[in-house]
Amino acid sequence: MQQLLFAVTTMAAGVLACVAYFYGTNWILDRIFPSKGLTGKVASRNLRITNTIRPWLFLGPAMVSLTIYLIYPVIESVWLSFHDKSGQTFVGISNFKWMINDGEFRQSIYNNFLWLLVVPAAATFFGLIIAALTDRIWWGNIAKTLIFMPMAISFVGASVIWKFIYDFRPEGSEQIGLLNALVVAFGGSPEAWMTLPFWNNFFLMVILIWIQTGFAMVILSAALRGIPEETIEAAVIDGANGLQIFFKIMIPQIWGTIAVVWTTITILVLKVFDIVLAMTNGQWQSQVLANLMFDWMFRGGGDFGRGAAIAVVIMVLVIPIMIWNIRNAAKEMEGR
Amino acid sequence: MIASARSPLVWVVHLSVILLVLLWTLPTAGLLISSLRDKDQLAVSGWWTALSTSTQSLVYRAPGAEKQVEKDGKFVISGNLLEGQSTGQVSAFGFNSREPATFQPGQTADLSDGAKLTVQADGTFEIVSDKAMEGTRGQRIFYTAAVPPRFTIDNYIEVMRAEGIGASFINSLTVAIPSTIIPILVAAFAAYALAWMKFPGRAILIAVVVGLLVVPLQMSLIPLLKLYNGVGAFLGVPAKTYVGIWLAHMGFGLPLAIYLLRNYMAGLPREIMESARVDGASDFDIFVKIILPLSFPALASFAIFQFLWTWNDLLVAMVFLGTGNDSLVLTGRLVNLLGSRGGNWEILTASAFITIIVPLIVFFSLQRYLVRGLLAGSVKGG
Repeated sequence: MQQLLFAVTTMAAGVLACVAYFYGTNWILDRIFPSKGLTGKVASRNLRITNTIRPWLFLGPAMVSLTIYLIYPVIESVWLSFHDKSGQTFVGISNFKWMINDGEFRQSIYNNFLWLLVVPAAATFFGLIIAALTDRIWWGNIAKTLIFMPMAISFVGASVIWKFIYDFRPEGSEQIGLLNALVVAFGGSPEAWMTLPFWNNFFLMVILIWIQTGFAMVILSAALRGIPEETIEAAVIDGANGLQIFFKIMIPQIWGTIAVVWTTITILVLKVFDIVLAMTNGQWQSQVLANLMFDWMFRGGGDFGRGAAIAVVIMVLVIPIMIWNIRNAAKEMEGR
Repeated sequence: MIASARSPLVWVVHLSVILLVLLWTLPTAGLLISSLRDKDQLAVSGWWTALSTSTQSLVYRAPGAEKQVEKDGKFVISGNLLEGQSTGQVSAFGFNSREPATFQPGQTADLSDGAKLTVQADGTFEIVSDKAMEGTRGQRIFYTAAVPPRFTIDNYIEVMRAEGIGASFINSLTVAIPSTIIPILVAAFAAYALAWMKFPGRAILIAVVVGLLVVPLQMSLIPLLKLYNGVGAFLGVPAKTYVGIWLAHMGFGLPLAIYLLRNYMAGLPREIMESARVDGASDFDIFVKIILPLSFPALASFAIFQFLWTWNDLLVAMVFLGTGNDSLVLTGRLVNLLGSRGGNWEILTASAFITIIVPLIVFFSLQRYLVRGLLAGSVKGG
């Protein structure tokens, strides 16, 4: 309780400090270079100066924070990836050499590749199907809310939910995991799903798909609604059936949005960590890059060189999407 | 739009949506139902059977010799196997774990030391012996019983008390609330500058923010850990503090906050600002008096995102707050329980439900803003 009080106090202090900073700096700026009540050259000169300085006062705290927490670490991580475990001695590319020859790393890359192949595709596919279907029924919004709900659940919480579904009891005893109960009901024999190499990746992916479909659905549903009615009416008049309209008229018009959903989920997949940590912690050949990186951060007192090198690999995989995003944003701004 | 309302296709649509909704809600429903079940029932039957009577193999330890009563020259220990449960039926019993169901109710079993054990179908039992019984450990009685469904909040009480979930709940709140509130103002000012002020380098800064949106957290972990350790050692304070994690969450949340708010503010009508400027208002006045109130929906969207993200986060908390017993947030505690209490589903389900209940409340009450934020926050494509 005391701790919560401390949190609320700090929060109030933090907000007050922000207010004080923004208000104070602006007040000082207006004092040093007054423009109100003055006329002529001085006023316009002062106005020009304040207009040059003020944006940087507004941006200041955000820029400092972004620099410390994101920009500097990126540079430092790259630097560290060429150093040994304590970050002192330069070791060239030996961390990366180690990586290529390390079985666990190669396993992670392979698994991450599987994740990249399956999760964005599946989540986008389900999202699109659900968006298209729910747009047409009266209780569509309720259905959407329920499917969107897992979005609010933490990856760890979702892992517990699904671990319960995958729960395994030896053959003969009553299964309390839904999946094994179904398998047994259909005459199969129960499996410890998490310990099946290769396939366990897919059981983990299901969790992320379950969470992310809602996101895809919300964005794609908005895009579908944004399609001009005339294009669909024209197709109906020309005698197109439902499927033709969906695949030939609607989908092509929302390609841009599909790409956005796909790339957003792709980024998330590259960073997936909580699910693997909670479900298998990389055992049974289910390791992924982010979990491996976390592992090396603390393994044997922490190997910062190797950890940073793995982080750099994740970063390199993200960069194409980053560039694509920046170009899109720039294009969009030109249109304004 | 496609199928006319009366076509049979509509039924296919209804059915498939019902199926999909079931697929997406059943996992969570299973968790909730399980967390409310009696822990002995939960361990032996699936949650979908929660409403039916379950057959359980159970163990009961009879009271020790000090509870024996002398009756007609014989020594008797008696009681009820099903005590604490309102109803139930014993269908078989035994007295060692290899043969837990040898005897039918009403039969008498000869215990090794000359005593006789009788169990009735309603659960009452009697151990009768000719001589006084000894030893403080009571006889174990194995029995199979049909137990009616039982729902309880005992699991919740237990995890709140014994498993540290209560303390972790406070920790999570401590992390999430300031991490949500503090960045808002910082981001709002920056967003205004990027949306409406003219200065050299603005386009580059916007590009940087868009780029930072996707930088993996993993890149930041090691350098910041080193930085925190350094600062902690320099100032003589612990490196893992709440202040540290608040600032970290703020830094990681800022790109999305700035991007979201900038998009929103840039869409506000230019005329409002121009007329205010003509009236002699400075940028500061315009921002505080006009833009900030108008941007409320975007601020709310961001606040919800940030809250969900900080509450649900595991990675940042584990690195910057540590994994000590006192500092675990809910997600971290849950991961620990998964390791230590992997088979105790009554503890896991109840704990998991406590960790997801707050985000779910936020989700259901503020879904509108969440959707709006999602639509504004994803980088728009070609």
